[in-house]
Amino acid sequence: MSLDPSPAPAIELVGIDKKFGPVHANKNINLTIAKGSIHGIIGENGAGKSTLMSIIYGFYQADQGQIRINGKPIVIRDSQAAISNGIGMVHQHFMLVENFTVLENVVLGVEGGALLGRDAARARGELERLQKDYGLEVDLDAIVEDLPVGAQQRVEILKALYRGADILILDEPTGVLTPAEADHLFNVLRVLRDQGKTILLITHKLREIMAITDAVSVMRRGEMVATRATAETTVEELAELMVGRRVLLHVEKGEAKPGPVLLSVKNLTVKDGRGVKMVDNVSFDVRAGEIVGIAGVAGNGQSELLEAIAGIRKPSSGKILIDGQPVAELDAARRRELGLAHIPEDRHHMGLVLKFEEYENSILGYHRDQRYGSGAFLDLEAIRKDAEDKIAKYDIRPPNPRLKTANFSGGNQQKIVVAREIERDPKLLIVGQPTRGVDVGAIEFIHRRIIETRDAGKAVLLVSVELDEIRSLSDRILVMFAGKIVGEKTSEAGEQTLGLMMAGIAA
Amino acid sequence: MENFDILVSILGSTVRLSIPLLFTALAGLFSERAGIFDIGLEGKMLAAAFASAVAAYLTGSAWLGLLAGIAISILFSLVHGFASITNRGNQIVSGVALNFVAIGLTVVLGQAWFGQGGRTPQVSGEGRFSPIILPGADAMRDVPIIGPLYANVISGNNILTYMAFLAVPLAWWVLFRTRFGLRLRAVGENPGAVDTAGISVTWMRYRAVIVAGFLCGFSGTYLAIAQSAAFINNMSAGKGYIALAALIFAKWRPVPVMFACLLFGFLDAIANFMQGKSVPLIGEVPVQIFQALPYILTCVLLAGFIGVARAPKAGGVPYVKER
Amino acid sequence: MTTASVPLPNWISYGLIPLLNLLLAFFFSGLVVWWIGESPFEALKFLIQGSLGRGDAIGFTLFYTTSFIFTGLSVAVAFHAGLFNIGSEGQAYVGGLGAALAALALDHYVPWYVTMPFAIAGAAIFGAAWAFIPAWLQAKRGSHIVITTIMFNFIGAALMVYLLVNVFIVPGKMAPETRTFLEGGQLPKLDWLMALFGLKLGPAPFNVSFLIALVMCYLVWLLIWRTKFGYEMRTLGISPSAAIYAGVPYARTVIIAMLISGGLAGMMALNAVNGAAARLQVEFVAGAGFVGIAVSLMGRSHPVGIILAALLFGILYQGGADLSFEMPTITRDMIVVIQGLVILFAGALEYMLRPAVVRIYQQFAKG
Repeated sequence: MSLDPSPAPAIELVGIDKKFGPVHANKNINLTIAKGSIHGIIGENGAGKSTLMSIIYGFYQADQGQIRINGKPIVIRDSQAAISNGIGMVHQHFMLVENFTVLENVVLGVEGGALLGRDAARARGELERLQKDYGLEVDLDAIVEDLPVGAQQRVEILKALYRGADILILDEPTGVLTPAEADHLFNVLRVLRDQGKTILLITHKLREIMAITDAVSVMRRGEMVATRATAETTVEELAELMVGRRVLLHVEKGEAKPGPVLLSVKNLTVKDGRGVKMVDNVSFDVRAGEIVGIAGVAGNGQSELLEAIAGIRKPSSGKILIDGQPVAELDAARRRELGLAHIPEDRHHMGLVLKFEEYENSILGYHRDQRYGSGAFLDLEAIRKDAEDKIAKYDIRPPNPRLKTANFSGGNQQKIVVAREIERDPKLLIVGQPTRGVDVGAIEFIHRRIIETRDAGKAVLLVSVELDEIRSLSDRILVMFAGKIVGEKTSEAGEQTLGLMMAGIAA
Repeated sequence: MENFDILVSILGSTVRLSIPLLFTALAGLFSERAGIFDIGLEGKMLAAAFASAVAAYLTGSAWLGLLAGIAISILFSLVHGFASITNRGNQIVSGVALNFVAIGLTVVLGQAWFGQGGRTPQVSGEGRFSPIILPGADAMRDVPIIGPLYANVISGNNILTYMAFLAVPLAWWVLFRTRFGLRLRAVGENPGAVDTAGISVTWMRYRAVIVAGFLCGFSGTYLAIAQSAAFINNMSAGKGYIALAALIFAKWRPVPVMFACLLFGFLDAIANFMQGKSVPLIGEVPVQIFQALPYILTCVLLAGFIGVARAPKAGGVPYVKER
Repeated sequence: MTTASVPLPNWISYGLIPLLNLLLAFFFSGLVVWWIGESPFEALKFLIQGSLGRGDAIGFTLFYTTSFIFTGLSVAVAFHAGLFNIGSEGQAYVGGLGAALAALALDHYVPWYVTMPFAIAGAAIFGAAWAFIPAWLQAKRGSHIVITTIMFNFIGAALMVYLLVNVFIVPGKMAPETRTFLEGGQLPKLDWLMALFGLKLGPAPFNVSFLIALVMCYLVWLLIWRTKFGYEMRTLGISPSAAIYAGVPYARTVIIAMLISGGLAGMMALNAVNGAAARLQVEFVAGAGFVGIAVSLMGRSHPVGIILAALLFGILYQGGADLSFEMPTITRDMIVVIQGLVILFAGALEYMLRPAVVRIYQQFAKG
């Protein structure tokens, strides 16, 4: 570690505070980052990391607090100001123009003169120097969309360096990389640090923190809870700091009585749009009367797995059997007819049509059912009656089936989805992030419903990034990492054991 | 030699019919490359035609006519920008609206001012862009093959025609060799990248639609006081849409845009020529086939049967800063 | 919090804001009238008198209204499925062929009420057929439906001119049009309906298609809000991702929605071809397909709104004709200006006033 002898830190945040409406994203954040170091910031999804970085990069203004760069207080009104203060950012979703060459992408916004030709040669020379100095090899004349993801990321880093960045923020940089590409990135980051650059690495992957940072700060629910020198901490301590000593939501739950297999996944592989394997040769069964939880850090393939089972995403190979029936060729509607119910991860985009009235959403996906009208017509009376029953049973507030769905709170919106899916009396229930953005009272209610579903002899597959939720609900826990199931545990398994498996360290 | 004379005459009218398409398609090129769909090319052309005819009549100067055409066309562009950039309205709805305003307003004002049912008074002399005889055109006329081509196709056009063909390399140069062009293309592909690079997406897109207005000013002026000598009701007659088709057919690239416009102009010229004539063996070929062919070709292209037409990725989508 | 997410009561969102947008459009139209040196109020008086002042004026107004209801419904149905059908104009044009063929085939042999169902079916099927290719291209090949429907307007126009000039023209006549239908191929005028209100229809071509249009309004309302397919269309139109989740088949929904849309546009021909002209003429649609866009936007894609908006445009079209007679400086094209301004303010600028309205609303809600 080559710390600069000068005392002024690269970045100092003093009392940064930011609210989005009712959401307190950053609470009184204080943070000091030494010059010439790699500083990790970890925390779970929604801990406030990205908001904090956006404030440093000028995308948002903090409501309160001060930012000091190299000891000087500055105001960062927009990204232009961030750039001129030597701050560069590599976004999680690359900000690249895909049909431009690497060179064009790098010079965009700092072209020099009004004509490209004259300055292009100068830019090329400068970039070649940067590439040599930092090991950032990439063909400057290649079209960006033809490059592998790892190379595109190097373009983003080049962009920042070309603009004279001394401080580099990387937001979840390895999320889209293969392990080999990630190793390459780490080498680049080490070189950058050794040449005196300061690097801020945002991640939720503990392994990365341990591998390359000099210091690490932990965020939890909008607060900065601890900062440690990486050499003096352990994965276990960080995992605990990230999760915190939460009140364990304990749900009364009897023994599972597993029955016949209702969901069988065999050698399933799912690729994303770029052809990267998101789910990699996964096999497992879920039986009637049990809840199988899939634990894992977000982005390790759980979402894609769930969508493949639901019939929303096409797998590239493998089999899915629902109640013994192969369903590969069936769409979401046909699978529902076989007894599948699906509480999706994202209720706003999938589970609900927010502009619909409540009762209209209470039949989404089941609208072709004869109970809601024979033939081509909808029986509104039956639908509204049915919606009112669910509203009463699930205590959905306000109890008004004619209210626009967007006007319900998050917890009540989720209850609309849960009621619709569970009350269909399915054979198999698949659930993604059932309590994301839901208040405590509703969490307990939803958890109890899921267990009742199991006790009624249904098979339940639960995906959640909340380890507590997985542990308190599941009878068996499968841990997913990098698209693979890396192990199976019972609900008795300790949080640390699971945490290490989720980080891909232990099996 | 008779067939050759016919060919020369068809080629001559191909050039003349292509010019308004060319200016307009280049206008669409700038707008759509920046991510702003422009169904309103037709309306801008028409408004410019009217303005140029009126100004040329009043001042007796074709150049002042051109200036007026450009000004009005840019004004329409700014309204389109206000709706679709500032207010994030639907770009297609906005374009459709402006087309109607232009079709209606030109006639209403024309009738109110001149009382000729929407026509403007004839302009002549300095009020028009007249054909320019290039040096040696008369002398060359008798040279076989090259002579008539030079005299009747290359020479004898007005200044705007030559400007249109100059505009093609110029547009290419601006889009691909200047900072402005780089940013303009970037904002149509990934406005987020432009925004994070510290460039205003809004101002960039406004400048793009202003360029579109500027070029439509030329095409409208060409219709009114170069090709004709007055404004006539709805004289653009769907040329804005053919230009749009040419733009798509050329896959949003300047030089292919020129060839697409020449092709569509050629089809138009053929249609005019074939009117009432019969072809040996085939008989009379309906002119409507030639009229419909630009649209049919464009649909076939859009269907992906002849290569893929990749529209600018951020086209039609208002830019909203992500949270 | 931004004003975009503040919920407003329905009477503001669906009543007050559209009304304010409409008033803005009329305000600018008035400016144009004033600019050319006439009194906007005087013009408005002539407009109202000319469209509602006499029996035949009302008849003409309702005749235009009928056409606009059909095309407005056409645009609205596609819109509910998230599709912008700019091709109603061409679909109506080609629909005219179906309507005319039914009339030409049957008018010698049967009375009008026997021909009518065939004419309706012919108009709807031909209109739907003209929407099918753009729909298929959108559903299966991802070709932008806005562009393809524009292209099909022009292809349709070329096709119809060809057919009228070369196939249907009456030998020895100059006008490219079919022969005049006998009574068995026409749709009778609604004299009796006007008589109920003590009005005389006179020469106005107000005919039975009006009743068909009203029936279609009811059927479209049923389709969109009372059928399972309508539910799927609306789901797809509002949230494509929720539609995938719910298992709504994309290609099928897009194609059927466009066929219905094209069919409704085609039925506009009943009014103009079988009802008014009693023959198929070149360019008989005369922009009614495009007026449908304005009508649908203003009527918020709801049949009741569409009837009201179509009536408004009917008044403009008929009153505009009278106005240009009374005030020769104002041509009928003034209607097209108003139409454009309505589309601009009610469509492209529909959210312009919202932030201001929200602020005022919040003031009142607090106080």
